[in-house]
Amino acid sequence: MQLKQILIAAVASSALALTPAAARAQNPTVPEGVRLGLNYTLGTKPGVLVLPMDSTGGDSVRAILQRDIDYDDRATVITLDDQSARAMMPKTGDDFNYPIFAKLGVVAILRPQRSLTGITITMYDVAAKKRIQIGGFPLTDQVNSPAWRMAVHRASDEVERWIFGTPGAAATRILFSGGDKQIWVIDSDGENARKLTSVTLAMSAAWSPDATKFVFCGFTPSGSQIAVYSFITGDLHWLSGTARGLNITPAYSPDGRTIAYASGSEGGTDIMVMQEGDASPSRRITVGRGSDNTSPSFSPDGRQIAFMSGRAGHPEVYTMDADGTNPSLLTEFTYGEQAYRASPDWAPDGRRIAYESRIDGNFQIMTIDMRDRSTKQYTSDGQNEDPSWAPDSRHMVFSSTRTGPRQLWVLDAESGRMRQLTHAAGARLAAWSPILKP
Amino acid sequence: MHPSKIIIAVVAVTLVAACHKIPAPLSPSPVAGNDSLDRARADSIARANAARQAEIARAQAEQDSLRAVREREQREAAQNADAMKVLAATIYYDFDKADLTEAARSLLLAKVPVLQAQPTIHLRITGHTDDRGSSEYNLALGLRRAAEAKAFLVNNGIDASRLEITSMGAEQPAVQGENEEAWSRNRRSEFAPTSGGGSQ
Repeated sequence: MQLKQILIAAVASSALALTPAAARAQNPTVPEGVRLGLNYTLGTKPGVLVLPMDSTGGDSVRAILQRDIDYDDRATVITLDDQSARAMMPKTGDDFNYPIFAKLGVVAILRPQRSLTGITITMYDVAAKKRIQIGGFPLTDQVNSPAWRMAVHRASDEVERWIFGTPGAAATRILFSGGDKQIWVIDSDGENARKLTSVTLAMSAAWSPDATKFVFCGFTPSGSQIAVYSFITGDLHWLSGTARGLNITPAYSPDGRTIAYASGSEGGTDIMVMQEGDASPSRRITVGRGSDNTSPSFSPDGRQIAFMSGRAGHPEVYTMDADGTNPSLLTEFTYGEQAYRASPDWAPDGRRIAYESRIDGNFQIMTIDMRDRSTKQYTSDGQNEDPSWAPDSRHMVFSSTRTGPRQLWVLDAESGRMRQLTHAAGARLAAWSPILKP
Repeated sequence: MHPSKIIIAVVAVTLVAACHKIPAPLSPSPVAGNDSLDRARADSIARANAARQAEIARAQAEQDSLRAVREREQREAAQNADAMKVLAATIYYDFDKADLTEAARSLLLAKVPVLQAQPTIHLRITGHTDDRGSSEYNLALGLRRAAEAKAFLVNNGIDASRLEITSMGAEQPAVQGENEEAWSRNRRSEFAPTSGGGSQ
């Protein structure tokens, strides 16, 4: 382990030497910030090297694969400049000089090549000195278009499944409320941000389980109401069945049939449920007795709902059965926390719930384990709020003021590593999509 | 005729003519001659004087009443403006609380007589929060703040149908800033008087 670390460090610095800064700067397809991975525990993160690909879009394919694997946080991306990488290509076929790759810390070689309909990616096991996987990925859209990039992200996710047994979460998008108080969507790698709504004020977007639409809260002359936006038609429609006044924080059930949301009146704010296609009035499922109950999040099996409530005099996270029975306090008192917990989001694997908690006056991202109720704090700088899990149940997107203006950041709950997702001020209330199907 | 006599006659005529043009107060000065003629002349002068006095008095009265109306209007407008100011006065809350502070109660209490005096006026109460904490929960908290204000007014005799509540949560801060000064001014309920009927 120690020996290996030193070896990789040495090789890494020679690899860096092979990468003149100027050449790197001139090549826009090699993303800045893709690291050699020396900051992380080696041995648990296998080194992966993506070979260059000749043909239109080849540089982009390589850059996207490298970045996705890096953002996935399970492998260490070994980057070489184009020239060095080309020098390591076999003269013919699969005849790699495996020992050189091994010296660089490469465990898996990924070789993208052009095919008739897109690309094939071949994976070589350096230790076994042989090809172990090959897969074809259609790339029919225009190079670098959003659909083309998403297709490459799907290839990345599949490659990660080859290496780790479970896919990555790169073929996803994230909905959020922008500084202009409209709903935006952005790719998981921070590309292709675009505005989707133009209403008075929109917030609290939540994906449908099939990711073909999302539900959100928009302000209208008859109060805040619930609307559904379809990615297929580009249309939005306002749900009937909600009362005049305050209707907020909608969420789809995992089967996509039920929408839970919070509706306010003089008697407090309670969680309601409705069937999307049904215009009949919503059914109230919480008995808040004048308190505020908001922000429902379904468990992945659809049987429970996590929500926040002020019923105990201050906001706390609770769970209840999906019909509103058996409400119970989830987050117990913890020394040093100032009894304000909010914005629960149930992880897709069901094992944890993420939330925000006020600690020393600032809000921080926390998780609670559903089996032993142990909690973990992930942030400490600035205000960190509204966590939303990625489909890999490992990464979360959240809003943070750690660098000044509120931005979206992505957190790896395993390593604690963070990256900034958005760069326009005021982004908040993010929702990470399921894996996007072609 | 002696030339000097002619001059005197001309002067006299001129004087008489001049006398007719001067609107000087007519005095019933005794004039030598026929008594009844003198009396008639004096009476006529007195009548003219009385008419003039009446005219002046009427104009004066008219002016006075106009001024009075104007003053009353100004007074009422000022009272109205004060009433509207009282009605629209913003109340403030503590962090994560919807309870009415003493200051909030007295501001609300002052609205009661105004609402009672002007039964056609409705109030739209909008609750707001500072931007700390969940912006989703803050929408509910803002509504609870507005609801507390409404309940207080209803308990003090105002018809509930005249009071509409709504919430903007943290979405419409009164002042920008991340400090207690800004936060304390954003935790508020605002009151918008509307002419009756419309509950928009």
